[in-house]
Parts: sequence; structure tokens; C-alpha cells
Amino acid sequence: MTGENSPSPPSQDRRALITFAWLWVGLPLAYGLYELVRKATQLFTG
Amino acid sequence: MSPPVAPPGWSRWLVPPAALSVHLSIGQAYAWSVFKPPLESALDLSGTQSALPFQLGIVMLGLSAAFGGTLVERRGPRWAMTVALICFSSGFLLSALGAATEQYWLIVFGYGFVGGIGLGIGYISPVSTLIKWFPDRPGMATGIAIMGFGGGALIASPWSAQMLESFGSDNVGIAYAFLVHGLTYAVFMLLGVLLVRVPRSARPVAGAPAALSGPQVSARSAVRTPQFWLLWIVLTMNVTAGIGILEKAAPMITDFFADTSAPVSATAAAGFVALLSAANMAGRIGWSTTSDLIGRKNIYRVYLGVGALMYALIALLGDSSKPLFVLCALVILSFYGGGFATVPAYLKDLFGTYEVGAIHGRLLTAWSTAGVLGPLIVNWVADRQEEAGRHGASLYGVSLIIMIGLLVVGFVANELVRPVDPRHHVPGTDTPKEAADDRREQPESA
Repeated sequence: MTGENSPSPPSQDRRALITFAWLWVGLPLAYGLYELVRKATQLFTG
Repeated sequence: MSPPVAPPGWSRWLVPPAALSVHLSIGQAYAWSVFKPPLESALDLSGTQSALPFQLGIVMLGLSAAFGGTLVERRGPRWAMTVALICFSSGFLLSALGAATEQYWLIVFGYGFVGGIGLGIGYISPVSTLIKWFPDRPGMATGIAIMGFGGGALIASPWSAQMLESFGSDNVGIAYAFLVHGLTYAVFMLLGVLLVRVPRSARPVAGAPAALSGPQVSARSAVRTPQFWLLWIVLTMNVTAGIGILEKAAPMITDFFADTSAPVSATAAAGFVALLSAANMAGRIGWSTTSDLIGRKNIYRVYLGVGALMYALIALLGDSSKPLFVLCALVILSFYGGGFATVPAYLKDLFGTYEVGAIHGRLLTAWSTAGVLGPLIVNWVADRQEEAGRHGASLYGVSLIIMIGLLVVGFVANELVRPVDPRHHVPGTDTPKEAADDRREQPESA
């Protein structure tokens, strides 16, 4: 996770921002995947 | 608006969520079908009319990506994401007004034309930036973003349906649903606008190749090379073959097993379609990441060669085994998604990062072509076979053979791809030929 733009490990603030950003996109995606799995299981049960 | 340069200490892992916030939003386009039945009953429209906003949106996606790509490269990702946010959200707001006043043309113009520009600019907005931040793993980086486009429909489909259930399916309910979509997507995409940064240097990661290393080709020159058009053929063939399954997935699995002891119900067929969406999404991130290890040319050999083999298995043995049919279809759909997600990295390998976003935008015309070609072939052939009195699996025999043929054409086109002739390079970016060749042949570090 480091590079010339971040030669040292990310600070606490930046880690919090990274976590927040991934949760921002990850939670709706998890909801979409959950609904998808629910529907997909119909192939085996329907 | 000048491209936002990352401050010291900025993490490149903030760029994929920025890209995802845009792609997860604009991917809503593939969930448009949720609005079709309520629009048809509320505004007395035919099925063809209610599909117009989506169709115009996809046309505008291709056109704005093709013609706006150079501007996106020049103005940078934040400008592009801002334009995408404004257009995509305004499209919904105009549609809300159209639904509230029962002016359908406003929905077509708003969602299709204005929103469609947002789709095209949004789709290409993070590509070039991601490749510059992840020169060591360009396939993985663009795979994450383009997976988001597939994921957008997964989120929007149940979300929009629930909203219509709450607000009602009359024109006022639809207007409220459009309004909430417009406002929510504006807030959601704002994260991308605020977070996206371009790297401070050409080598954002120690030990990784520099983003601008090797020959660079401008978008104007790229479209004059055979490599661009060979990749255009590769993408068109791969996407057409994928759409061949996607377009007829539910009736196909039902027809294949109609005469067997275990026919497929409508509910199970819907489950099969959902499973294909999952394979499509998984292929985008999985295969694109794999391409960083085995090389772009090799991964397209797999998509096209193994894809043809999967189609052949369905044609020869598909109706004898349900698990085999499902497995082959899943593999084909994962290759379909992988083909979309890997192509920006393939373009980067051939043309460099100089204007890769703009070149990618121009290549997306292949998507528009395949979007017309795929459904046309499959539906036309199926109709002719039905007229000829065929039924069950034999309805699809000719279509499957055509798809195999298309994949073989794509495979040959991929084999013909060679490094770009130095006369197309931007002056001063040439490297010794051997070094460039070595770089292409060696798998990049993970």
C-alpha cells in the first residue's frame, strides 16, 4: 500500500479514510450480492 | 479544473473505491428493465417505447466515450467524474419531471441522452488514472472498476423494485423513485469526485515499472494502427458471443431440458440468469487480475479458445447434462466479463498510458456494435429455427455454431496482434526494441 506517494505506512487518519471509502462502496455491493445469491439459489430449489 | 495531484502520503488504495463509486452508480443502466412495466402501464407505452431511454443511453455511452475520451485525458479524472455525476443525476431529475408531468419524451431525453453522456464519460473516467497508479497490476486495477459496472445493476435492480413498491407504480410514484435515484447517486458518486487523485510521479510505487515507460501512442495515431482494429475485432467477437448466451439465457435453459425427465421451471431459469450475472462479475475481477500474471495475449487466447470449446460442448452434449450446461454457460459469461475488464490493460501494453483512456473510449464502439449484433443473430436464428418446426435444444444449434465461428475469428485477430510500429510512437518515448519486447513477454510482478 505504499509507494513514492506514500513512502511511509499510511497514517491513522488515512487508514480511517481508506476504511470509510471501501465501506462506502462495499456495503451497497454486499447488498447487491446478497440479493443475487438469494435469486441464484432458485436454480437449485425452484 | 486541473487534474488533482495526490499529496505526499496519499494511498493508491483510495483510487479503486473512487472508481467504484462511479461505476457502481452508472451500472444502474442494466437495471432499467425494472422501470419498464410501471412506465408502460402508467404512461400507456409499448414495450419498444419503454426500452427507448435505455437504448438511447447505451448509444450515448458509446458516442460520448468515443468522442469525449481525449477531453477526459486532458482535463483529468475529477473533471470527468464531475461531468458524469452531473449528467447521470440530472438525467434522473429530468426523468422525474417527465414522469410527474406525463411527458415521456422528457424521460427519453433525460435518462437516455443526458444520462447517457454520464454513462460514457463515467465509464472511462477512472481507467487511465487506475493504470497510472497500478502500473504493476493494471489488469487488477481496471478489473475492480469494471466489475463495478456489473455490480451496479445488482444493487439497483432490487433497490429500484423496492422503491417502486413503496412509492407506487403510477406516474407520481415513478417520479418520486427517479428523484430519489438522482439525489442518491449524486451523493454516492461525490466520493469519487472528492477522492480521485493522479499520482505525483510517473513511478507511484517503488519497484514497479514507471507509468510512462516504453513507447507511447496518441489516441489519434492509435486508431490508424492495425493493432487497434484487431483488438476491436477481438472485443466485438468476445462480447457478441457472451451476449449470445445472456440474451436468451432463460428460454435457452428451459428449451434445452424441456423434453428431459428434469425440465427447468421459470423460477429456476431466473436463478440461472442471476448465476450468470455473478459469473460475469467474477470474471471481470478474476480473469483481469490473472492477466497481470500470464499476459494479456494469453488471457485472450483463453477467453476466445476455451470459450469456443465451451460453446462446442453445449452444442454437442449440453442437453444430456444440466450441470455441464450450467458450467459451460458460467465459464462463457466469466470470459465475457473478463474481456471487458482486461482490454484497458491490453491497450496500455500496446499503446502506453499516454492517452489510454481516450483509446479505450474509442474501442468501446466495439461494445455498441456487439450490443446490436449479438441479440440480432441469436433472435433471428431462433425465430427461423422455430418457423422450420424445430424445438428444444435444436432451436439453438445454428446460433451456437455461429458463436463458435465468431470466437475463432476473434482468436485469429488476437494472434495477429504485434507490437505497434515505432512510426506511430509519440516522439521521444521510444525504448530499445528488445527491452520493449521483453517487457511484453514477461509476466508483470504481482
